[in-house]
Amino acid sequence: MAGEDKKQQPFDSKAASSLVAELRGAFASGTTRSYQWRESQLRGLLRMTDEHEQDIVAALRSDLGKPELESVLYEAAMLRNSCKFALKELQRWMMPEKVKTSLTTFPSSAEIVSEPLGVVLIISAWNYPYLLSLDPVVGAIAAGNAVVLKPSEIAPATSALLAKLLGEYMDSSSIRVVEGAVPETTALLEQKWDKIFYTGNGRVGRIVMAAAAKHLTPVVLELGGKSPVVVDSGINLQIACRRIIVGKWGNNNGQACIASDYIITTKDLAPKLVDVLKNELETFYGKNPLESKDLSRIVNSDHFTRLTKLLDEDKVSKKVVYGGERDPTKLQIAPTILLDVPRDSLIMNEEIFGPLLPILTVDKLEESFDIINSGAKPLAAYIFTNDKKLKEHFVNNVSAGGLVVNDTTVHLAVHALPFGGVGESGIGAYHGKFSFDAFSHKKAVVYRSFMGDAAIRYPPYTNGKLRLMKALLGGSILGILRALFGRS
Amino acid sequence: METRGDFEVQLEGMREYYRGGNTRGASWRKSQLRGLGRLLEEREAEMNAALEFDLGKHPVESYRDEIGSLIKSVNYALGCLKGWMSAEKAKLPLAAVLTTAEIIPEPLGLVLIISSWNFPFGLSLEPLIGALAAGNVVVLKPSEVAPRCSSLLANVLPAYLDPKAVKVVEGGPTISEQLIQQKWDKILFTGSARVGRMVMAAAANHLTPVTLELGGKCPAVLDSLSNSWVREVAVQRILGSKFSACAGQACIAIDYVLVETKFSSTLLELMKVWISKMLGENPRESRSMARIVNKNHFFRLKTLLEDPNVKASIVYGGSMDENSLFIEPTILLDPPLESGLMQDEIFGPLLPIITLKKIEDSINFINSRPKPLAIYVFTHNDSLRKRMVAETSSGSVTFNDAMVQYVADTLPFGGIGESGMGNYHGKFSFDTFSHHKAVVRRSFLVDFWFRFPPWNDHKLQLFRSMYLFDYLGVLLTVLGLKKSKQD
Repeated sequence: MAGEDKKQQPFDSKAASSLVAELRGAFASGTTRSYQWRESQLRGLLRMTDEHEQDIVAALRSDLGKPELESVLYEAAMLRNSCKFALKELQRWMMPEKVKTSLTTFPSSAEIVSEPLGVVLIISAWNYPYLLSLDPVVGAIAAGNAVVLKPSEIAPATSALLAKLLGEYMDSSSIRVVEGAVPETTALLEQKWDKIFYTGNGRVGRIVMAAAAKHLTPVVLELGGKSPVVVDSGINLQIACRRIIVGKWGNNNGQACIASDYIITTKDLAPKLVDVLKNELETFYGKNPLESKDLSRIVNSDHFTRLTKLLDEDKVSKKVVYGGERDPTKLQIAPTILLDVPRDSLIMNEEIFGPLLPILTVDKLEESFDIINSGAKPLAAYIFTNDKKLKEHFVNNVSAGGLVVNDTTVHLAVHALPFGGVGESGIGAYHGKFSFDAFSHKKAVVYRSFMGDAAIRYPPYTNGKLRLMKALLGGSILGILRALFGRS
Repeated sequence: METRGDFEVQLEGMREYYRGGNTRGASWRKSQLRGLGRLLEEREAEMNAALEFDLGKHPVESYRDEIGSLIKSVNYALGCLKGWMSAEKAKLPLAAVLTTAEIIPEPLGLVLIISSWNFPFGLSLEPLIGALAAGNVVVLKPSEVAPRCSSLLANVLPAYLDPKAVKVVEGGPTISEQLIQQKWDKILFTGSARVGRMVMAAAANHLTPVTLELGGKCPAVLDSLSNSWVREVAVQRILGSKFSACAGQACIAIDYVLVETKFSSTLLELMKVWISKMLGENPRESRSMARIVNKNHFFRLKTLLEDPNVKASIVYGGSMDENSLFIEPTILLDPPLESGLMQDEIFGPLLPIITLKKIEDSINFINSRPKPLAIYVFTHNDSLRKRMVAETSSGSVTFNDAMVQYVADTLPFGGIGESGMGNYHGKFSFDTFSHHKAVVRRSFLVDFWFRFPPWNDHKLQLFRSMYLFDYLGVLLTVLGLKKSKQD
C-alpha cells in the first residue's frame, strides 16, 4: 500500500511541504466545504469508533495499560458524543449569523459567515491519544478544513491504529496522519498552516507558537498546570473523596491535564480527609493497588523516573501517608498521598501528571485562594464546600481554564462549555460549537444599498455635513432632524 | 527616560493593582468609559489640531474616522456593559441532574495595546475601550510616527482615566521591542505583518495570546451597474474611501480596483470628474486630503511610481511635493502586476485600475494573492454576490460601499492569514480582552454509584446506556434485565 511505502522514507521538510501543497490543492477544489462531505466524514469517524472499539481498547491497553472502562468511557464514548453532537448541530453552525445594523451604516444588512480556515495541523498528546487526536479533528472537519493529524509517538499503538483506521475510513485526499517524533513534528511545524491545534505541555507549546509566528498562523494551545482541589469542612467527605479519587486515579492514573494535582485543606480537616481518602482508595483499588486492573500504568520509564524523583526528594519522602509503592518492571506506582509537603519541593513546582496527591494544609481556607493565585493559572480548579460565600469567592477570584464546585473533571463532558486554558494553561478553547469556531474564520459581510449618505461622508467638507455626521454617529433622531433642517 | 528596571517596577505595580480587584467592578469600568467619553468631548479641538499637525487631516475627516466613531463605541460599550459582564448559562444534558453550568467572562489582567500612526486616536482608544470594559489594566504604546497625537494621549489620558490602571508609554522601535519582551496577559497589535510576526514570536515566549490587526491589498470589484446615478454613487464611494481617509494610508482603504475592460474608460472619466468635485482644485489647501505621514513613506510611494512601466500607466495625477509631503490623487490604468505597486500594500493615494475580460475573473485574481483585510464589491448581480462571499476569503466583504464595516458595532473587525488574527469592535473587543471561564456546580446529593471503581462489565454497560441517553437501557441494566455487550 502506498501508505506503507511512505513510512520507509524519512518524513522531512520536503515531504512535509509537498503534503501541505497536496492538501491545499484538495482544499482549493472545494471538496471539504460542502455539508455532505463534512457529514460523511463525521459519520466515518463514528463508524470507525463503533466498529473498532475493541481495537481501540487494545491499543490503549498496550500504550497505557488503560482499563477497558476508561477507554470505552473517556475515549471512545466521548469521541462518539462529539461526533453526534456535531452531526446534530452542523447545519445550524454552518448558517451565517444575521446581525443588527445601526444608523451608522443605514441602510444595510449584515451577517457573520463562518468559513473554513483551510489546511490545519493537529498535534495530539499521549495520555488520551484516541480522544485528543480525534476530538479536534471533529471540529476541523465540521468547519470544512483539510487536516493533518500528528498523533503522539509516546502512545505508538494508538498512533499506528489511527494512521491505519483514518486511512481506511476517511477521505485521504483531505485528511492525513503523519506518524513520528521530534524530526517529523519539526518538519511539519516549518510549514505554513492556516491553524495549528496543539495539546501537550507549555515548553513545546512555546515552540509551536514561535513556529506559527513565522507564518502568522493562529494557534490553539491546550496545555496544563497544577489543578488544585480546595476541600472545606461541613461537607459529605465520603462523596467528595470518591469524586476526587475517580477524577485523579480513575483518569489514566493521574496522568490527565485536568486531574486534581494537589489538595488544599485546613489543618483541622486534614487527618480526617486522609482517613476517608485511604478508605475509599482501598475500596476502589484493593489492598494491593499495584495489582489492580483498574489503574493505568505510568506511560514510560522517563515518566516513571520523573515521578519517583518527585516522591523520593528528601524534604518530601517522609511526608507519604499512604501508598508510595512502585514496581519498575510494571511501570506502576501505587496511589500515593503526601501530607504537608513544603511549598518549595519539586512535587509542588511542576505538574505532577501521575498518581501522587500532595495535601497542603492552611489555618483558614481563605488562604488557599492566595496560594492558588500566586502560581501559574491552571487548566482547572476545584472546590468542595457547602459554604455559599466561599463558593462565590472561589468562582469570582480563582482564575483557571474551568472551575468545578463539588466535583472534579466533569466540565470536560459538557458540550456547551468551552474547554481550554488561560495564561500558562493555554490559548483558545474547544468542544461543541467552540470546536467549530476554533477552526473557522468569522467573516463580516455587509450589504449596503446604493441609497443613503453618499455625499455627507466625503469632501468637500462643510459645517452642515459635520453637524449631520455628529448626529448620525450619535444616533439621536432629533439631532439628525435638527442637522438636516437647521442652518447649513 | 525610564530604565528597564523602573519600567518593570511600574508593570509590577499595575499587576498588584489589578490583583487587588480594583478594576473588576462594573462601576470602575463605567467610570473609565465615561472618562473616555468626556475626553473625546472636551479635547476634540486639541485632537483635531494634533491630527492636522501629524497628518494634515481636516476636522471633518478626523471626526468621521476617529472622534465620532470613538464616541459611538464608548456609548455602545456603556450601554452593553452589564450584558457583556454577566455569566452565560450553558445548556446541560438531561442526565445532569442538580448541576448548573455557565460561562463567566473575566479580565485577562495586564494587557498591551500597540497602536498605529494613521488613525492614531482610533487605533489606540478603540482597543482601550474593550480592554477597560473587560476589566483589565492597560499599557498603551501609541505610534511615534504620529508624535503630536502620541504626546497628547500621554498627557491627557491620566487626567480622564485611572492612572494606576492605564499607562501610556511613548517611544520608537526600541521601546516597542522592550515592551513586547515583557510578560503580558494579552497583546493587541495594529501594524504591519512584518512587525506582527515579531510581536507574536515575542508573545510565544510567555504564551501570551495576541490579536494582530494587519493589512494587505484590499481590492474593489466594480461590476457593470444599471444606471448612471448608481455608477456615480459607486465612484464617489470608491474615491471617498481611497482618497479622503488619510489619503489612502488605511488598512481597509481600497488598494486597487478591478473592472471589466469595456467599462474602464467610463470609469476613468467618472473618476476624473468626481475627484475634482470632491477634492477640489487644490486638495492640499482645502485639506480635503491628508498628507503623507513622513519622508520615509513619501519616498516609498515615490519609488513605486518611478518604475518606468508604472509611470507610463499613470492616467491622472502623479504630481508630488516633497516639502509638503503631498501626493495628489493619482490613477493608474493596468500597471504591470509584478511591479512593487501591485505587489506591496500601497498605503497611499495611488489607485491602480486593473482591467479584466470578465468581472468573474476577479475571483481568481483575488484568490491568487494573500488574503486581504477587506474586499469591496459593487454589483447588482446576485450570483456574483454569492460567489464572492463563498469563493474568496478576507477579513470582511462589503457590498456597494467601502470602509463602513469599521463603524458597525455588531461585526467582528479583523483579518485572516497575512491580514491578521483575532478581531475586535463592539462585543468582540470585550471578548478579545476576556477569558471565558467555564464553571460547573454540582450537588452532593446525586451521583451514579457505578461512577466509581472497581470496574466490571455491569458498570460498563450502564455507562454505555447513559452516554447514549438511553434511560430505559439504564433502568433495565440496573434491574438486571439487560446484559452487557460482552455477555
